[in-house]
Amino acid sequence: MNYAALFRATLPETALEVAALLVLVVDLGLLRKAVLKTHVAVASVLGIVGCGAAVWAVYCAGGAGLSAGGDLLLAAGGSAGVAQVGILALTAITLLLLIGSDFTRHAGEYVAVALMAAAGGMIIAAAQDLLVIFIGLELLSLGLYVLTAFAKHLGKSAEAAMKYYLFGGMSAAFLLFGFSFLYGLSGSTNLTKVVYGTYVANLHGGYPLLYVALVMIVAGLGFKIAAVPFHLWAPDTYEGAPAPAAAFIASVSKVASFALLISISTAALHFLESAAGAPLPRIVPGIGKVWPLTLVIFSVASMALGNLAALAQSSVRRLLAYSAIAHAGYILLGLAYFSQAATSAEAVLYYILTYGLTTVGAFGVIAVVERATGSDRMDAFLGLHRRNPLLAAITLVLFLSLAGIPPLVGFWAKFNLFAAVLHVSHAGAALGLVALAIAMSAVSLYYYLQVLKRAYVMPAADERPIHAHPVTMAVLLAIAAAVVAMGCFPAILQNWIAGMYS
Amino acid sequence: MNGTMTGLTTAAGNGFPILTLLTAVPVAGAILAFLMGKHARGVALVTALASLVLSLLVWIHLPGDGSIGLVELHGWAPSIGIEYHLGVDGLGALMLVLSAIVTLMSVDAAHRVHHQPGLYYALVLLLESGLIGSFTALNFFHWFLFWELSLIPAFFLIKLWGGPKRGPAATQFFVYTMAGSVALLLAFLALFLATGTMDFEQLAAMAASGVLSQMVAAHLGAVMPWLAIGVLAGFAVKVPLMPFHTWLPNAYAEAPSPVTMLLTGAMSKMGVYGLLRIALPIFGPQIAAMRTPLLALAVITVVMGAWAAAAQKDLKRVFAYSSVNHLGYCLLGIFALAIPVSGAPLLASQAAALNGVILQMFNHGITAAALFWFLAMMQMRSGGLRGLDDFGGLRKPAPVFAGLMGFALFSSLGLPGLNGFVGEFLIFRGVFPLSWISAAVSVLGLLVTAAVILTVIQKVFTGPVPERWAAFPDLHVSERLALAPVIGLMLLLGLVPQLVVDTLNPTVAYLLAHWRF
Amino acid sequence: MLAWMIYISFAGALLEALLPKGKNGLARAVALAIAVAGLVIAIVGFATGMGQGTTMIADAAWVPSMGIHYRLAADGISRVLVLLTGLASVAGILFSWNIELRTNQFFAFYLALIGGVYGVFLSFDLFLLFVFYEIAIVPKYFLIAIWGSTRREYAAMKLALYSFAGSAMVLIGLLAAYAAAGSHSTALTDLAHAELPVHMQMWLFPLVFTGFAILAGMWPFHTWAPTGHVAAPTAASMLLAGVVMKLGAYGCLRVGIGLFPHGLDPWGFSFLGLGSWRDVFALLAVIGIVYGALVALAQSDFKFVIGYSSVSHMGFVLLGLMTLNQIGLDGAVLQMFSHGVIAGLLFAIVGRIVYDRTHTRQLGELETMHLSRRLPFAAWAFVIAGVASMGLPGFSGFVAELQILIGSWKANPWWTAAAGIGIIVGVAYTWRALQKAFFSDRLPTPDEHLKTGWHDLGAITWPEIAGVALLGISTIVVGIYPRILLDSIEPAVKALLAGGMQ
Repeated sequence: MNYAALFRATLPETALEVAALLVLVVDLGLLRKAVLKTHVAVASVLGIVGCGAAVWAVYCAGGAGLSAGGDLLLAAGGSAGVAQVGILALTAITLLLLIGSDFTRHAGEYVAVALMAAAGGMIIAAAQDLLVIFIGLELLSLGLYVLTAFAKHLGKSAEAAMKYYLFGGMSAAFLLFGFSFLYGLSGSTNLTKVVYGTYVANLHGGYPLLYVALVMIVAGLGFKIAAVPFHLWAPDTYEGAPAPAAAFIASVSKVASFALLISISTAALHFLESAAGAPLPRIVPGIGKVWPLTLVIFSVASMALGNLAALAQSSVRRLLAYSAIAHAGYILLGLAYFSQAATSAEAVLYYILTYGLTTVGAFGVIAVVERATGSDRMDAFLGLHRRNPLLAAITLVLFLSLAGIPPLVGFWAKFNLFAAVLHVSHAGAALGLVALAIAMSAVSLYYYLQVLKRAYVMPAADERPIHAHPVTMAVLLAIAAAVVAMGCFPAILQNWIAGMYS
Repeated sequence: MNGTMTGLTTAAGNGFPILTLLTAVPVAGAILAFLMGKHARGVALVTALASLVLSLLVWIHLPGDGSIGLVELHGWAPSIGIEYHLGVDGLGALMLVLSAIVTLMSVDAAHRVHHQPGLYYALVLLLESGLIGSFTALNFFHWFLFWELSLIPAFFLIKLWGGPKRGPAATQFFVYTMAGSVALLLAFLALFLATGTMDFEQLAAMAASGVLSQMVAAHLGAVMPWLAIGVLAGFAVKVPLMPFHTWLPNAYAEAPSPVTMLLTGAMSKMGVYGLLRIALPIFGPQIAAMRTPLLALAVITVVMGAWAAAAQKDLKRVFAYSSVNHLGYCLLGIFALAIPVSGAPLLASQAAALNGVILQMFNHGITAAALFWFLAMMQMRSGGLRGLDDFGGLRKPAPVFAGLMGFALFSSLGLPGLNGFVGEFLIFRGVFPLSWISAAVSVLGLLVTAAVILTVIQKVFTGPVPERWAAFPDLHVSERLALAPVIGLMLLLGLVPQLVVDTLNPTVAYLLAHWRF
Repeated sequence: MLAWMIYISFAGALLEALLPKGKNGLARAVALAIAVAGLVIAIVGFATGMGQGTTMIADAAWVPSMGIHYRLAADGISRVLVLLTGLASVAGILFSWNIELRTNQFFAFYLALIGGVYGVFLSFDLFLLFVFYEIAIVPKYFLIAIWGSTRREYAAMKLALYSFAGSAMVLIGLLAAYAAAGSHSTALTDLAHAELPVHMQMWLFPLVFTGFAILAGMWPFHTWAPTGHVAAPTAASMLLAGVVMKLGAYGCLRVGIGLFPHGLDPWGFSFLGLGSWRDVFALLAVIGIVYGALVALAQSDFKFVIGYSSVSHMGFVLLGLMTLNQIGLDGAVLQMFSHGVIAGLLFAIVGRIVYDRTHTRQLGELETMHLSRRLPFAAWAFVIAGVASMGLPGFSGFVAELQILIGSWKANPWWTAAAGIGIIVGVAYTWRALQKAFFSDRLPTPDEHLKTGWHDLGAITWPEIAGVALLGISTIVVGIYPRILLDSIEPAVKALLAGGMQ
């Protein structure tokens, strides 16, 4: 490892950090007397420029990655590249949404923290080493705690941040504990070597320790992706955090975490399939066997509980939280039936990216409605089609996409994902799980329609028009248009993702 | 015109489609009448006249050998055995003429339709089209279409312009006929499944060669008798045959008299025609096997119809039951001749019976329609009264009316010299050698009918004139003019039955030669 | 060229959505123009396609990585159903002429629904078919929920959830077939030739068939139909009964029977006298016929009578499908057309011509209104529609039901017998409704007189006359000259039987 390589491999993250610092300097130094609007605008634009620079850097970084002593630390290209570009794009969108909001007087700090958290997300997405993973996770998580608490005048926000922080801290501790066990079993922190090491350790009777380690790791990662039973923070945080922060949590953080899961699954499989000479792997209990099973269990629990709990919500934010849990469940299914061929990773990435985009849009809509009505209850959406027809149309598109209605992108994501699952195995178990997932997504239509029903069907209590910041509307419109366009032409995004692998 | 005439006479090809034209004219007239509203009656009269002219043209241009002529044959829906196949022989053509005459009479009679006249005449003309269609069809689908189609206007004519109990009467009429139709439909479905055709002529040819029952047995098992029963049931309701007649008195009584004219004069003939055109040719052996019970039912229809007529106090019901009785003779003749015979005398008897049946269909149509017409006039003059005991001595204030109605009544009674006599005479002449018991019992019916008619004449026309009928208006000129041709026709057919019989004879011979029992 | 009716319908929907509020006349005119254009294209396509077998309309790679094609084609069955859709859509717009509430949105949803329906009938790629199938579901929800009547929100949600449950089943089947076929294509022809193992077809067939049959109103999954039909605004119930139920039946035929023919093979054992899925579904169809008819006989709400009659008549379609012989399938397709036209007419009369004037659908109240005198047009239109619905010869229903009866007799005479009972009851309930609603002589009591009030019922408008004429003439033309459709249907069915069922 040399520092030139390190610099080149971490150029995107560096770009973000520089942008973050620049924002702080400009915000605190040059704009001390400016009005809030200018603060927000300048900070957002700078942050977006930083994201753009980072995207450019991701493309420039080439396929080298970063290795130390023969062990890969940071991957480049492939799923890491896709996830990184996704993270940057989603970050940029959440920053754009900031322009229309007024929850904080400290826009510069907000943007800086968001950019740093995004940098953490990028590290996670690329990391191939337990320690680097942990560093990335902490960087991301700390940023998220701060972002959650950013609406300082709201008790809800602080409460949500506190809950998030406590759960997060605990899960980080579990994760670290699990990592240390893995290191103990395998003698390495490199993912591939860890998998191999645990396999060898298993042959010598290391199971109990491996199970303990895996449970702890899953607990830690399950927290990040809000899989049942580690989901309890999600509804409160989604409800309490300022809307742009919630959107950030719901999208960027998810993309990063699932990218990490892809790395782990790939490593597990890579070992199995590279040991093709020996017929043992699938039989011998090891990470390659236990890992998918664990994922299936969490997947089923998340799908079922997420969807069923969402049925009972009256707050749209909590509804989105539970729906996020359900979506995590679907994705976990894709990870449980994972294949070495790129199709699985591509399907998962496709899903998480499009889901992230849609959900950012949904939070954007909620932010607008919330500012006009002061509430995120479903009834706040009453008569939306009269109060702001365009916003209602955007809501229609986004929520139907979340429900998985063709020709919107959410449907393609689901189809792609389930097809990938069945591509790996179309035995009874896989079919049954896919059937469950599809059935659950049919259930989900009910609660999405509850929102749309209020927006379109039920009479309005208040007919005053809702006005939104033009930039916000433009962004939301662009998101909706993208959801439609990507739904009608799914091959575009698929080809881009596939292109990153080659 | 001459060019088309030569086209008309070609027997087998698709010449000038006069039968299609004949079916279409009333439909066009109906649409026009509906649109004309108050002037609908004029349209209806013209249409009915045009139909009459066309049907007479058909009658003139029948093939001489008694076979089916004026054939029109086109593909329709071949995959389910549906073809557009039209054609008439003497039987069909006579029915066409009858339909046209009765429709004309009915339109003539109905000159006081105050409520929705356009609709009324449209329905009457549609009914005529239904009659004509079913008398010309040679494919089950086509036939069934018109058979059912005639039902709808009839229903609404009763339902909308009928007497106080028109609702139940119309429904009863509809339900009975519909149930019969379902039976018919199922039977022909089965035949189609077995043979792949719904063409009457083809089916008849198969039946005559005995192939039909073999094919049905091979495809569906021993269901042929049941199919025959289904078909017979369909027709029995329409004619009606006792005990399927209960809809009839209500329907006839509740319908406005001009509609009753159509019901009894023409629609009841659809059932008899169906027996002759469809049931006997296709289910000959089965009917022959069931001949005895069928004959028994026919005799019951004859006798009980007459008795029931004797028991009525409402003139309309009297004539309704008397219609049952008269059509009973047709059934008697038909079932009596449904037996394999050999030897010239018996063959001649068969021919006589069949001749009689067809003549009786025509004559009863004219006579019954005329009777209900007179009844309509009476009701108009009496303010709606039509009880047997409501009148008396009418011949004094209204001699012309009494005289002309007397013609109709005596024709109905079967007085020689009037049209009613010829048919009944021929039927009895034919039936006696074929089944003397049923003929003998049926004579009872003749006697009771005579008693009924004479009672009517006595109670209505003779005796002292009650105070209120002292000024019973006689027929005015227009009514006399309208009635004169009808009465003339009765006389003409009574005196010169050859007019019809000569054309009918080849058809009768042809039919008997092709039926197999 | 046929593909254009999909595009213009969707474009029309978009255009309607963008129209300014308050321009109701313009909205109507645009909708009518687009529907008429669709009908013209359908007629031209039908006429030119006569005797041509299957013609490819469009074929482009859509998602090449998954072998999904944008493949539109038409065979005789498609062309007939497209023609039906064209007729029903024009008539539906004519009967919605009096919609004043959110007119442009109404037509936007309406045209989107039509576009989806056209798409389904023309898709020759299973995936594309599914996409259009789902597209058709959402507009239905809003049409009913916003513009409906009795318990509209409940009915709309029920309809949406039933539809989604059905489409979820279809999606599972689609995914499983796609994965198992391994041909990496979703084209109908490729999947049909994939020769999926019999045991797989054995469970795929009932799954997919049931999924589609839910939308076709198969007993016992029919319960959405009466409530949905009753609640829907006139045009929507016309489309629902006229076209959308046909989507289900079409799917059953094209996908269920076409792709999984071996699913109909005997099980090799018999349970309660049922020896194959064919027996099971035929039994359900027959139960539907009789049950629907009996329940219709007992209704006091005029529209419920028609709603249940649809269940009964769609039972004939399903029975026809299960005959698996040429004539029965011909009849099933013809019955789809016939019922589409007739049910559309019935719903138009009940919902638009009568209900919008009398504001009641209770037969008991209509009985006292002397509608045959006050609304003679409605009465006579209903007579035509009613006798057509009864299956009297001379109307399209007769030929269709005749063919189905013949086909089912060939397959199993008991089915025919049961269906025959259904026909007789059908005559009874239609007659009862006709008598009660229009031709009753019951005079109102003074009380009722006051309550119903002899207010002016309003003159019949030209769109109503045009709509009745359009549908009435269609059923008569097809009834008198069925070859006009049968010439198209027969070769297509023959090809399907030959290609689909080895």
